[in-house]
Amino acid sequence: MSENVDSSTAPRLIGKPASAVSRLFESKQLGWAAFAIAVVFPFLIANNYAMNIATTAVIFVLLASGLNMVVGYCGLLDLGYIAFMAVGAYTAGIVSKAFELPILYTIPAVIIMCILSGLVIGGPTLRLRSDYLAIVTLGFGEIIRLTANNLDITGGPSGIYGIPGIQLFGLDLSAPVPFYYFCVVVVSLLVLGSARLGKSRLGRAWRFVREDEDAAEAMGIHTYKVKLAAYIFGAVWGGFGGLLFAAHLSAISPQSFVFLQSALVLMAVVLGGMGNTRGVVVGAVVISLMPELLRDMGNLRYVIFGVVLVAMMVLRPQGFWPARAYEPERPVHDNDPPGGGPGRPDGGTRPGARGRRSRGAGATGADSAKGGAA
Amino acid sequence: MTQLIWNGLFVGSFYALVALGYSMVYGIIKLLNFAHGDIYMLGAFIGFAMLTSVGVIPASLSITALLIVLLLVMISTGAIGVAIERVAYRPLRNSPRLAVLITAVGASFTLEYGVAAMAGPNPRVFPVRLEGQTFDVLGARISAPQIVLMVVAIILMLGLNSYVQRTSMGRAMRAIALDPKGSLLMGINVNKVITWTFFIGSALAGAAGVMAGAYYGKIDFLMGFIIGLKAFTAAVIGGIGNIKGAMLGGLLLGLLEAFGSQWLGGQWRDVFTFAVLILFLTLKPTGLLGERVTERV
Repeated sequence: MSENVDSSTAPRLIGKPASAVSRLFESKQLGWAAFAIAVVFPFLIANNYAMNIATTAVIFVLLASGLNMVVGYCGLLDLGYIAFMAVGAYTAGIVSKAFELPILYTIPAVIIMCILSGLVIGGPTLRLRSDYLAIVTLGFGEIIRLTANNLDITGGPSGIYGIPGIQLFGLDLSAPVPFYYFCVVVVSLLVLGSARLGKSRLGRAWRFVREDEDAAEAMGIHTYKVKLAAYIFGAVWGGFGGLLFAAHLSAISPQSFVFLQSALVLMAVVLGGMGNTRGVVVGAVVISLMPELLRDMGNLRYVIFGVVLVAMMVLRPQGFWPARAYEPERPVHDNDPPGGGPGRPDGGTRPGARGRRSRGAGATGADSAKGGAA
Repeated sequence: MTQLIWNGLFVGSFYALVALGYSMVYGIIKLLNFAHGDIYMLGAFIGFAMLTSVGVIPASLSITALLIVLLLVMISTGAIGVAIERVAYRPLRNSPRLAVLITAVGASFTLEYGVAAMAGPNPRVFPVRLEGQTFDVLGARISAPQIVLMVVAIILMLGLNSYVQRTSMGRAMRAIALDPKGSLLMGINVNKVITWTFFIGSALAGAAGVMAGAYYGKIDFLMGFIIGLKAFTAAVIGGIGNIKGAMLGGLLLGLLEAFGSQWLGGQWRDVFTFAVLILFLTLKPTGLLGERVTERV
């Protein structure tokens, strides 16, 4: 898909030519289409209820794209992701209330606190294996929630209320529709940012770590730093989610940051397709709208969530809209002795998907014939 | 002081019971069974349903009734554990760990909110409440039900220990924990052993659930979440995968909590526990009794 492939360096598509449907799904205009839908939405339904849900959904998209960097790109299961949102929301709330600042001025504080909390939890624990890490993050999420519940500065169980809305250049954006547009713009930029990060050098390192950590380390990737970077980026995205959340509801309390929320964000990532930003956006929208659609069913809706999560992993673990399963390949330079250089026997051992890659003159013909058959 | 130690040991024995299941399953198939804490909750609710369906139980018979219910609950939670393994975990045995972990989260969710949908989200009052006279031992107040529950917990743990050490099934479990492929080649029915492991682990968790329900008198559908985390902590402290370690870790965690909440105040108890977990995982991930794993941690 176009997100994974840097078209300037990968000479041509690998594998079967894409069908019309998958070409449509990989289209670069899709992001703009989604943006357009988000922009048009208030013109269709603009009552408070709809705007409220839409804003929540947009914030949820932000959270899911942040968690996607941790779980989807880097393969680190974080079960306490909502803690970073809590850190962001509480930082924004406390700072803006204490210094009577507009909430946007708290952004530096939010970023700093999120980086710090990412370091605090990631630093000691990222050397652990995946399942230990999952439990530790779960414990961390609980620690944050319980701390918020017990401290005076966070307002204890009743939380913080009266958090100011968004004001930008003297404009008051706290009414539902302007605030929605503000969220759409911010979230679009951040989602785009996470997609770009996934394509960057760091993003490729993340994927490598996810696929095979030992091999990545052997190839000279500092896996610890790379994982920590994923953690910190995820934390900052979560913190922005928290800031928007605080500005949206103007009140926060520990009840908003329970494990259920972490699990829902994770569910959005898994359902959409780990590692594919578009899939994750769709997954987040579906997950955040589902409770509204299933409101009559009460607690049964979470049962459905659980069953879907299990069924998903058993039947289609890659999610509904997964990232394409190949890595972007580097261009082959003339002075670069590739694995398939002159000394190497043609075809044969080469896996099919790679066979079609153009390698200049020579090996291509035999390779692609064998590759196509494989 | 003695009171603190006694309280710690008492709570710790619950943790140890739940941690055993965690540790056994982890030892054998290297799976973190997130749903394990919810089995504990399920045990409490099944016990609740059984006791309320009988009607009013005279106080004099409450211990006997409780023991019968305990047995029935153990069988049913064991069966549920086996069913979960069959539906959710077995198809994924060769999948990446991430997928299995997510499945476990899904299973935990299903159990929690399934109970919430059936029994209602509000806490329920357990029909049998264990009350009895208290004794003064070395300055600590010890009540009769506490002793009964402790004894039940110890019997269960000792029984499990000798089961794993003495029987052929126990030997098969230890063999699979060491080398699953090798055991398969030696003619062990690996699937059957894993099923048994889930049965035993879930039965112990269910027993702990009933006992906690009878002791604390209140049950709710999220009670398994925290206890699951704590049992995991206990298993990690003792060395996950090690049965004696799980018992030791449970008791130790109970003591740590008792002292921690004495020093820091009760509302910080859970924070303290998770901090202990993180510290342990950072400093000594193999736990107190765990063997060194050759796998890079």
